[in-house]
Amino acid sequence: MPKLKLPKPPVPPLPKQLNPRPRRPGGGPPETPVDMAKEAGISVVGWVDERTSLTGPARWLMFRKVPRGTNWFYTLGSATLFAFLNQAVTGVFLAMYYDPSPTHAYESARYITNEAFLGEFVRGMHKWGSSVMVILVFLHMGRTFFFGAYKYPRELNWIIGVVLLILTMTMSFTGYLLPFDQRSYWATIVGVNINGTGPLVGPYLSDFLRAGPEFGATTLSRFYAIHMLLVPGAIAALIGAHLYLVTKLGTTAPPWLKAEEQSELREEVA
Amino acid sequence: MPADRHQTKSKYTSDRNIPGAYDGETVTRRRFMTLSAHGAGAVAASAFLLPAVGFAVGPIFEEHKLGWQDVGAEDEFVQNTYVPKTITIVDGIGEAGKSTVYVRKRDPQIDAPPPKEFDYEQYVAISTRCMHLGCPVRYVDAAQRFICPCHGGVYDFQGKVSGGPPVRPLDRFYTRTRNGRVQIGPRYSVNQELKRFSPRDPGEPLDGVGQYLYPSRPSVRKLSHGQP
Repeated sequence: MPKLKLPKPPVPPLPKQLNPRPRRPGGGPPETPVDMAKEAGISVVGWVDERTSLTGPARWLMFRKVPRGTNWFYTLGSATLFAFLNQAVTGVFLAMYYDPSPTHAYESARYITNEAFLGEFVRGMHKWGSSVMVILVFLHMGRTFFFGAYKYPRELNWIIGVVLLILTMTMSFTGYLLPFDQRSYWATIVGVNINGTGPLVGPYLSDFLRAGPEFGATTLSRFYAIHMLLVPGAIAALIGAHLYLVTKLGTTAPPWLKAEEQSELREEVA
Repeated sequence: MPADRHQTKSKYTSDRNIPGAYDGETVTRRRFMTLSAHGAGAVAASAFLLPAVGFAVGPIFEEHKLGWQDVGAEDEFVQNTYVPKTITIVDGIGEAGKSTVYVRKRDPQIDAPPPKEFDYEQYVAISTRCMHLGCPVRYVDAAQRFICPCHGGVYDFQGKVSGGPPVRPLDRFYTRTRNGRVQIGPRYSVNQELKRFSPRDPGEPLDGVGQYLYPSRPSVRKLSHGQP
């Protein structure tokens, strides 16, 4: 049975008192401080836009059409992004206290936890945030897989995502050593030796990771440099590419929604 | 039909009526400019990339030598049990650079004679590095076995694998005697027959093709000749 459509009564116009009159351009100075603030904001944005034309790309990025049926599962990517931002920001502040030398690392991590103001909180955010990020990455990957969102034309985005997953794992591996307690030390020994079991290249790979045949003076600083400079830079760049492709290609509808029939092909129901 | 059917234009710029072309010139100035700009960019990029990469991979080729370390007087060690001793494997990083080594006197009943260039060896020094993935093993005297806490590797009195995931017997160290004191030298790895190889990382078998799949590294070598 076709839906009954009732005619809508016309909306009555707003009374004149409630309808603010638009200011005429160049019509005298702004009247209230709110107006002035508004004016200032608009003129700053206008000044930047006139010189960069950035509002076009910004609109392109932010005001996108999304398919019907878009739901909470589609927020997992943004959640991962925010987990990464949390890691980046807390990591920068942890770096202000952390000392990556084998004789001072444990002491500086202890200082962050026990003495520095809010240190326990920031270190906790970084530590637990890393687990949250790994979990979110996998949930995001699962969503993409089960919704079929990796298919044409989004294969490249899937590949970038897999590289990001590997880089996230590299972050977890290198970051695990940094507290330099017993667990960190032995877990890293085991992890490096697992790398060493690769035939032919393995022995050289583990030498590269340790900066020598034994866990030595520069192993920790090497892990630290990989953890805070090399990999985060690569992750940030690849997140940029990932987001560009998401914006360019759009998101997929969930698989349980059927493609809509075109209205002119729909059978008339009397 | 010409030899090259695809070449429709002459390779000489003067034949193609390019203004200011020289006789015999084949590269246009635009193309020359593009190539030299790209070349200059490549030179500038390699000027910092190559040293940086070399800096990062350099330690693979740098040899790490372990000197001889005193671990005690000769009469401290017996044939039927091990004595744990601490040696320094890496200098300057405190506790993280130290390692335990189990030492006993060589027992001709069970130990095959050392290779002839090391025939002065009177002591057996066993590394505590588990050959599964590198956790520290401990010697349990009651069981006469080395046991690893991480994944359940078990080694017999000679350090040969008697159970669990390890892929080869425990590493050993060269030993020598100086003025009645026992000294520990560099590390070496062994296969199931206790044949000596240059040090390999844990998890790398040395039997069969293992020694070729996990080659010796330039960063650490075994002693090539004895130092009595």
